[in-house]
Amino acid sequence: MADLDLEVRDGVDRETIETVHAMSGTYKYGWATEIEMDYAPKGVSEDIVRLISSKNEEPEWMLEWRLTAYRRWVQMEEPHWAMLNYPKIDYQDQYYYAKPKSMAVKPKSLDDVDPKILATYKKLGIPLKEQLILAGVEGAETMGERKVAVDAVFDSVSVGTTFKAELAKAGVIFCSISEAIKEHPELVKKYIGSVVPQSDNFFATLNSAVFSDGSFVYIPPGTRCPMELSTYFRINAENTGQFERTLIIADKGSYVSYLEGCTAPKRDTNQLHAAVVELVILEDAEVKYSTVQNWYPGDENGLGGIYNFVTKRADCRGDRAKVMWTQVETGSAITWKYPSCILRGDDSQGEFYSIAIANNAQQADTGTKMVHLGKRTKSRIVSKGISAGRAQNTYRGLVSMHPKATDSRNYTQCDSLLIGDKCGAHTVPYIEVKNNSSRVEHEATTSKVDEDQLFYCRSRGMDEEEAVALVVNGFCKEVLQALPMEFAMEAQSLVAISLEGSVG
Amino acid sequence: MLEINNLHVKLEEEDKVILRGVNLKIGAGEVHAIMGPNGSGKSTLSYVLSGRDGYEVTEGSAKLEGQELLEMEPEARAAVGLFLAFQYPVEIPGVGNMTFLRTAVNAQRKARNETEISAGDFLKLVREKAKALQIDAEMLKRPVNVGFSGGEKKRNEILQMAMLEPKMCILDETDSGLDVDAMKLVAEGVNALRGAGRSFLVITHYQRLLDHIKPDFVHIMAAGRIIKTGGPELALEVENNGYADLLAESV
Repeated sequence: MADLDLEVRDGVDRETIETVHAMSGTYKYGWATEIEMDYAPKGVSEDIVRLISSKNEEPEWMLEWRLTAYRRWVQMEEPHWAMLNYPKIDYQDQYYYAKPKSMAVKPKSLDDVDPKILATYKKLGIPLKEQLILAGVEGAETMGERKVAVDAVFDSVSVGTTFKAELAKAGVIFCSISEAIKEHPELVKKYIGSVVPQSDNFFATLNSAVFSDGSFVYIPPGTRCPMELSTYFRINAENTGQFERTLIIADKGSYVSYLEGCTAPKRDTNQLHAAVVELVILEDAEVKYSTVQNWYPGDENGLGGIYNFVTKRADCRGDRAKVMWTQVETGSAITWKYPSCILRGDDSQGEFYSIAIANNAQQADTGTKMVHLGKRTKSRIVSKGISAGRAQNTYRGLVSMHPKATDSRNYTQCDSLLIGDKCGAHTVPYIEVKNNSSRVEHEATTSKVDEDQLFYCRSRGMDEEEAVALVVNGFCKEVLQALPMEFAMEAQSLVAISLEGSVG
Repeated sequence: MLEINNLHVKLEEEDKVILRGVNLKIGAGEVHAIMGPNGSGKSTLSYVLSGRDGYEVTEGSAKLEGQELLEMEPEARAAVGLFLAFQYPVEIPGVGNMTFLRTAVNAQRKARNETEISAGDFLKLVREKAKALQIDAEMLKRPVNVGFSGGEKKRNEILQMAMLEPKMCILDETDSGLDVDAMKLVAEGVNALRGAGRSFLVITHYQRLLDHIKPDFVHIMAAGRIIKTGGPELALEVENNGYADLLAESV
């Protein structure tokens, strides 16, 4: 068995190196697809909110919910407490709704999907079942497979049908949120906004008003989701914001692992992305949520790139509920993101594993919140921040032990790695303990990529970029290991690519 | 194999001259030892040959089979067959020893336009070479040099050498920090690699390593120059009398 382990690990790392070498440019997904789009008029207003709602054929209660959010939003101000510098965003100079013309009538099968859209996903290297999900084929959302990126079972529609049957057999609902609003209104109504309320924060409130789509997952009691579920997000249209909303409900004693990936074309203008993810985790249930965020980061001078303002929160509502957030954040010009855990149930557990890479002019302000409300709750934070170029990378985290969260524990480890001497790393931990029996540990380190390590690697024949990739992947190992296998491979190569040109 | 001509080197950051005209010629399959007091420039010579930053070559050349090393990047020197066994092997946290080895082997193969070694062949080869050095599977899995004992680190260097199959091996004080048993093991590893096509430059303070790795030539280095060259008996002379007489002679 031991030999087998070695094999697998080796393969992964070799893959990384090969990928790095195969890359000629810096951002691999920067091309755009020429496609005819239907846009709503620029800007946001009550009319736009109504339009989005009607395009999605939503029931009245959903529209009202959106309008409440919108009315609240116009009274709110954009927050500026994060360590981020960017020009003022003109919220009226964006499109809030863009849909390929060919999708006006929802395709029933792969054959009906615009070939350009199919080609886009093929070029992105997203397995066919994901192509189906993203192109919005009815029914295809319910597909998935265990080995998302590496397995070769993705070249026919029937494969997908098998999975659909398999998921349905297990009682799992996996579909777009717009579909869920129509098909499963009782679930959506009960849970939407219950973790991230409409008025939670400026960006989440905007999302509540204008979200166009996203994913919905429901895992019934006692069910282990028979395969990993994944969604892949891509922004294609210019000047268009993307506002997706994801709602995952893990009923009592259930389990699901969910993966999310993101890319966008190279554009000179900044684009807004404000997503909301809500996880509801009931008694004895467990959710693993992994993200590889690779939005376009802008060019080396800081021109263009995605502004990524995301609110992600998990509510461990039942006793012994468990959540694990794993994120690899390599893209975006601006990242503002704090996937959080509300540990409400007694003995519930939250984990947060993060790799945040900022190169060139990128700025990242990211971290987590662990809010301990229940007794004997446990949380663990492992954050690896890597800064290169002129980038600024901030870890911002809150650990809060409430009076009733007796005998609770937190362990936090924040490591920062600097490449070059023009970048910055910052760690901003907030710790509040309001009872006497809980324990909070915080460890933080900052180091530079060591010249001796690089020379050692090079003296064995690796070139400088291979050496940096190897050392940085080593630095990130604990987090990479928390990712599902197939995602870990993608993440490793991404780590290497994101740092291209950062040395020398 | 290796031909060093009139090599002068100073520190890049300050005006400190370390090597003052080193001349050395090592034939194919020969084992040369360099001995000398602290600060004589022995380690600097090994770093300059392998291309470490921080040194400036002001004069001279160093050729491996006719190719000028001093103009190459460190990885290119490795690819043409130069290997330095470090006095202080570097720790790389999170990177498996096996991964490191395989990345290195394939990087060199690639640089030489050879096909990469298959996973199966690689594993077989590593196991075989590791066994001879008494390196177990556990040590191959651990992160590179992290938490290794002094002996484990040095054996690991020899394992890398065995896997990379260089033509010219430089051993920089490989005996430092080793007990007698560990030194024997390392020496056996080195001796197993001796052959017509492979040359060695062994840098050491002590004669005892040379009991195990028998050199063809011994050079004494002092103040940045080779001041005396002889056979194995020269090492014994140093062992018995110290460097003082030799230093006095050379002035």
